[in-house]
Amino acid sequence: MSSPENPPSGSAPRRRPVRPVSIASFAQARNVRQDDHHNEVEMLMPVIAEAFGSISITKDDVDFICSGSTDYLIGGPFSFVMALDAVGVWPPRAESHVEMDAAWALYEAWVLLQEGAADAALVYGFGRSSLGDLNEILALQLDPYYLAPLWPDPVSLAALQARALIDAGRATEADFAAIAARSRKDALSNPNAQVAKDVVASTLMEEAYVVSPLRRHALPPITDGAAAIVLAAGEKAHQWSDDPVWITGFDHRIETHSLGARDLTVSPSTSTAAARAGLFEAPVDVAEIHAPYAHQELIVKEALALGDSVVINPSGGALAANPIMSAGLIRVGEAAARIASGEAHRAVAHATSGPCLQQNLVCVMEGA
Amino acid sequence: MPDSEVLHAEHRLEYPYSRSVGPVIGAFLTGLREGQLFGAMGSDGTVIVPPTEYDPQTAEDIGELVEVGPGGVVESWAWVPAPRPKQPLDRPFAWALIRLDGAGTSMLHVVDSGGPDRLTTGDRVVVRFRPPDVRIGSMADIECFVPEVRDGAEVREGLR
Repeated sequence: MSSPENPPSGSAPRRRPVRPVSIASFAQARNVRQDDHHNEVEMLMPVIAEAFGSISITKDDVDFICSGSTDYLIGGPFSFVMALDAVGVWPPRAESHVEMDAAWALYEAWVLLQEGAADAALVYGFGRSSLGDLNEILALQLDPYYLAPLWPDPVSLAALQARALIDAGRATEADFAAIAARSRKDALSNPNAQVAKDVVASTLMEEAYVVSPLRRHALPPITDGAAAIVLAAGEKAHQWSDDPVWITGFDHRIETHSLGARDLTVSPSTSTAAARAGLFEAPVDVAEIHAPYAHQELIVKEALALGDSVVINPSGGALAANPIMSAGLIRVGEAAARIASGEAHRAVAHATSGPCLQQNLVCVMEGA
Repeated sequence: MPDSEVLHAEHRLEYPYSRSVGPVIGAFLTGLREGQLFGAMGSDGTVIVPPTEYDPQTAEDIGELVEVGPGGVVESWAWVPAPRPKQPLDRPFAWALIRLDGAGTSMLHVVDSGGPDRLTTGDRVVVRFRPPDVRIGSMADIECFVPEVRDGAEVREGLR
């Protein structure tokens, strides 16, 4: 494992040449606690329509469709197939799905574009957390022999990680509150945010523990939401944008599912993915980190070796809205939006999956 | 559309799979039924508890099973003031990552310490099994861990 003080830039992996692929468009639903009035298809339709419409294309302009969602929310196998009605897949389309955050669907599509097997792809993620008890549903994603029989909820597992970080002398509960306060304040300028408010950290510290050492402010909101990104390569990238936002590196890594075999205070999989995505080759202006729990931002920030000049989560991040299966994809879209607007030239997006930052994805982007 | 017009109907999702647990996990779960704790020797000599069929760091095959515990050290913990219905204890408890004596990794379970002020990282705890006649070869065969008592006093070797 890498020590947090020494990101693995010393052993920089040799990178293969990357086929330029652009984030051609990005759209997301307004994140809400509970959307009773739309099913998954109805939730996705305006999002996909915006992703296509903002660059004046149709479904006939993409070669590949890839989505991220989880059957555990809807309660039916292959429920992602139904969601394809939001695209309208006739005549038949090349399509794939990951039972993961759609940031990994974006990775799959990017690999296909790398191979030259497609020139444009639609990627989307969706999830209605409100359909069930997320604390129980997420316990079922764990090791079925050693963890799931005990029903540990995600807040409790995150709290074990937060305690380890405090015990290691690397953070305090006040640090968690400061991250939460900053994130929710930044979210005031994000029209899609679910939790946006200006409350100082000292006030947040007065909240009771949900599971100590985590108070409510250090937890993500429970969110219904969806998002979509269109990827483009070759001529299409230039046709669909005057100033494309290019993906210059993309990687994801996983750590053991044995929770007790990991050092929970560091994220070596994030560091490895970042090195392989070329993050350490140049500084970034903005980082969108998928840290559902406040303390996880500190761990990821260290793993990405981000200096204090880097703007972290200007969107408010996952503490402002955490739509399951699209919160990671949204990090990529938000980071790309900062480059498109000229606020940043080079940016990094991070997505996570599994308990206590088990699996991590890093996407590095640059403007023209 | 007002909320009253939205159909709400219960849909109960179950995954009623039965799995064969194999030679390593099966041996561990059988050990629990017998009131014993086992770990597996990893490729670098680290004893992995609970054991996996491969080394979680190197993916190499694991070696022989060795008995560990029944005591151990709390490596991290999280206090639950309001337990959820399916969780191991119905009174406030701590989730804990416990490094059992002889083990090189830690195992998730719960500690019944009586209060958050009576547990610290580094404290010693000891396993409490359910009665033999109700054990079925499951993680739930362990009722909980409790603070270790030596010479009539809890062994508090933690960070405090």
